[in-house]
This record gives sequence, C-alpha cells and structure tokens, in this order.
Amino acid sequence: MRVSRGEIVAGRALLLGTMAVTVLPFLSILTTALHPSGTLPSGLEWPTDPQWGNFVDAFKVANMGVLLGSSTFVVLAVVPVALVIATMAGFAIGLLRIPGARVLLVLFVFGLTLPFEGIITPLYFLERELGILNTRFAIVLPLIALFMPFGVFWMRAHFVNLPGDITEAARIDGASMWGLFWRIHVPLARPAIASLAVLMSVWTWNQFLLALVLVEDPAQRTMAGALGAFQGHYATDIPLLCAGTILILLPTLVLYVLFQRHIIAALLQGSVKG
Amino acid sequence: MTANRTVPAASRPTRSDQRPASWLARRVPRTRGARRAALAGWLFVLPALLMYAVFVLQPLALTIQYSLYRWNGVGPATWVGLSNYVTVLRDPDLLGTVINSFKLVLFYSVVPVTLGLLTATVIHRVAAGRFGSVTRTVLFLPQVIPLVAAGIIWGWLLSLPGLVNQILTAVGLGDTTRAWLGDFDTALPAVGLIGIWVLLGFCTVLLLAGMSKIDPALFESARIDGASWLQEFVSVTLPSLKYEIGVCLTVTVVAALAAFDIVYVSTGGGPGNSTAVPGIQIYILAFLERQVGLASALAVILMLLVIVMILPIQRLSREDRS
Repeated sequence: MRVSRGEIVAGRALLLGTMAVTVLPFLSILTTALHPSGTLPSGLEWPTDPQWGNFVDAFKVANMGVLLGSSTFVVLAVVPVALVIATMAGFAIGLLRIPGARVLLVLFVFGLTLPFEGIITPLYFLERELGILNTRFAIVLPLIALFMPFGVFWMRAHFVNLPGDITEAARIDGASMWGLFWRIHVPLARPAIASLAVLMSVWTWNQFLLALVLVEDPAQRTMAGALGAFQGHYATDIPLLCAGTILILLPTLVLYVLFQRHIIAALLQGSVKG
Repeated sequence: MTANRTVPAASRPTRSDQRPASWLARRVPRTRGARRAALAGWLFVLPALLMYAVFVLQPLALTIQYSLYRWNGVGPATWVGLSNYVTVLRDPDLLGTVINSFKLVLFYSVVPVTLGLLTATVIHRVAAGRFGSVTRTVLFLPQVIPLVAAGIIWGWLLSLPGLVNQILTAVGLGDTTRAWLGDFDTALPAVGLIGIWVLLGFCTVLLLAGMSKIDPALFESARIDGASWLQEFVSVTLPSLKYEIGVCLTVTVVAALAAFDIVYVSTGGGPGNSTAVPGIQIYILAFLERQVGLASALAVILMLLVIVMILPIQRLSREDRS
C-alpha cells in the first residue's frame, strides 16, 4: 500500500496519543501510590521520597495472600468443571447431533447476552435456601452455570466443523462413545479448549457482581470482589488505595504481558465466533 | 462478567450440515442401537443442562415470578399482578435509570465503535508492522483488568486533585476543573468516558482483525479509480466490516445496558440519581431496600431491553452471511 510520508507521521502521532491516554491512568496511580500514606497528591507527580513501603502496607492491609488464595480457589473450582461439561455438551450437540440438538443449542444461546443483574436477586434467595450463601460455592456454582451458554456455543462451533471421516474412523474401530470422546475428540479440541480456558479464567478473576451480592467476606471472594471491598474501606487514603489496586492488578498484568497474543486472540475469537 | 460479552449464534449452514446423515446424525432414532446412542448422547449434555437449568433458567423464571409479587425477602409475599411494572414505568427515578442506560449506550457503544474504526484504519494504513502490534497490545490492556479497577483508577483521575484537572489547568482551562463524578451535569458523561477507555481497545483490535481479512485488491482497484481515502473507507472498508461492526455494537450495547461494576465503584449511582442505571437500581432495591418485587420487575425490563436492542443489530450485521 502506498501511503505518503506526511500521513505516516500524522497517523503515528495520533496512535502515540491514543496509547498515552490508555497508559497515563496506570502511571497516575503508580506515582500516587508512592506518596506518603494519607496525603492527597496531585494526579501525576513523582514523589520526592518514593514510599515503596506502601505496597507492603497495602499487601498486609488488603490481606493479599488470602485474597490470592481465594481467587485462585474460585478459578480452579470453576474453570476445569465448566470446561469439561461444556465440551461434553458441545460434542453431543455439534458432533453426535443427538435428537433435539437444535432446540438445546437455541436454549443455551438464549443465555448468551443475559445480564447477570437479571437473575442475581433470585440467585441470592435460592442460595440462602441451599445454605451456600457466603461460601465460595455461592460464586462457583452459578458462575459455572452462567458460562454454559458461551462454553457450549464455543465448543459446539468447534465440533460442528470437524471433518466427518474422523468420527467415522473412530466408530469403525468400535470405540465406545465415552472413549471416543476422551481419546480422540478432547485431544483434537485442545486449541479450542485452551482459548476457552483463558476466557473463563479472566472472566472469573474479574467477576464482581456475584461476589458482591453472594459473599459477604472479602477473603472468600474473587479478586475483583475483594478490590471493591478494599475501596469501600480505604476510599479516603488515596495512596494506599492506589497501592492496593496496583497489587490486585499485578497478577493480571503479568499474565497479560506474558500471554498477550493468546489472550487477545481468545477474547477476539470469543466475540466473533458465530 | 466484564465487558467481554458475546454474541448469539447465527445458525449458518456449515460444512457438516450438508453431510449425509450417518446413524449418529439421524433425527429420529429408528433402531434400538440408535436409540441407545441418542440416550448416551443426551447423557453428555446432561451435566451442562442441569447446571444451566438450576442456576440460570430457574432464577430467570423466579425473577418473572417475583416481579408479580410484593415481597420484602423474608415475610409472606402478596400477589400484585403487573403493578410493579406500572411503578417502574411511572416512577421518574426508576424510569430514569432506563433513560440513563440509553445515554450510556452513546458513550459505551457509538463512540468506541466510531473511534475504533478510525484508529483501526490508521493502524492498518501507517503501522502494519511492529509499531502496529505494540499499539494493539497497549490499547487492549484496559480490556483485561477488572472493571472495578477501571472504576477506582478513573475515580481518582476524575477527582478534584486528579490528573484530568491537572492537565486542564496546565493547558489553561483551569476554570473548567471540577469533581467530574460528583457534578450533576458531568457525572454521567464521566462514567461514559470510563467506558470509552475500557472498550476502545477491544473495538479497535476487533475491527483491525476484520480489516486485515479484506482482499488488498479491493483497495488497489479503489485507488486506481482515484478514490480518496474517505471514498475508499466508505465503499471498501465499511461494507467489508459489517459483521465485525455488528459484533462490536452487540458487545458494547450489552456492556452499556448491563453496566454495574464501573458505576457502583465510581459513583454508586449518584450524585442524586444522575448516574443510576438499572443494574445499580436492581441491587439497591433488592438488597438494600428489600423491595424484591420491584427489583425483579426492573430486571425483567432490563432483560427485554437487551433483547430488543440486540436482535436488530444481529439481523443487520448477518444478513449477507447466510
């Protein structure tokens, strides 16, 4: 493509400006976090005496060790289960084409754009009856269920596009359906499952509403839910709040830098697949 | 869930739809073996279906049921018919949340998609290589952090001593400074700005991916015909991106209508009710004011609103694809 030199310069300047707008907020909370706790610095100002100790304080005050443990527990409880049952359902609907597959697909797809606020009220009362309110399962169980529309839809899209001869060959072999699923189709579906795992992990880690409503103790919540509680307690101590926010963001940011290609690809496919 | 919401499937005919029916694919099982296979197949769907039914479909039905009662969450419930819906539509505060969420659509959806088209076009034209991929990575960053964090960060940036006012003062606009999220006139646009910051990267990267799939010959022939970049944009880029634009609109409209995290953290719906959106109001009604019936009626209206807004977008963006 032929593009004039002037356009290149102007275009790149525009992009640099856009990037600056994206990054400046992060820089602002970093410089703010380094000011003495309890002071009110201005938006972007490097402190004369950077208080790196604020991060240690925030780590202690926010109970970060426990929070990391809790969030990790929730992710590990949600993602593997959701992956297995979504893959099984996608397999049955997309490849086995069981009777009623079309109706099932419509039923699951119906939930794709459902706002969580739509069902949060009855979920609360339902869980109160089940006695799981204020436990981590209060987040885990509905989250697995809420991932089903997307998970089943995603895995079905993988299975429906498989060439027919793979299935036929496995069938002639006399493999049972269960064996066929685990020995042939799960390994073949690994890329699709991996992307889905990335998506579900990010969504779980960042889940706020369910944590806020269904679990009172921040130490039992997801990272985003804990951050909400932390803000509630330390809204007035801006440097400490910024330090805590950075700490809570850190795991996500590190993972994003390491796996950005995969994460971007997964999030994009996640929305385009259709 | 964050803004990464997704889009209903089109039932496009796929390769396997045209495949001759094997014994597995037969709709009505005729032999005993086929019936057994169908049964085994259903066992595969069962766990997912069960979870979905118990923790999504059941509460969904309950929301509709609650919306027809007056209930404080503890005592007995009284049947009130449709009067909760009448209240939502008559009470200016409750109806106001719906109007606010329409205004948010402008910020969350129209602006990011428009700016995303612009940014993606620029990247596509002048930054094909490493510069472009760095831009992509940086712009996408707000999409992976929790919305709560975005709300906290911007809550600080838009406060009186925050960065936004600092910059305004530096460029000589000192008299426009204010607590942007605490001012009746600016709170909603300020919340909208946070949404733009979060969603711009997503739209840009998605549209850019769509652009890179356009046949370069189309651009070449437009240029040979002497098309300006604007003509090229209107006649080549836009029509080819119809599907991607549809996806962007769907995701961002859902993010706007179902907004909760950012608003809860940055303004809590205030000042007054100026940034109250249905999600916040449902939370307040159900869990703080114990008006479960009213909260549920608003929830039903919110869900209907999402469907009504999304369906035409889906239809338009997919019409050539089947």
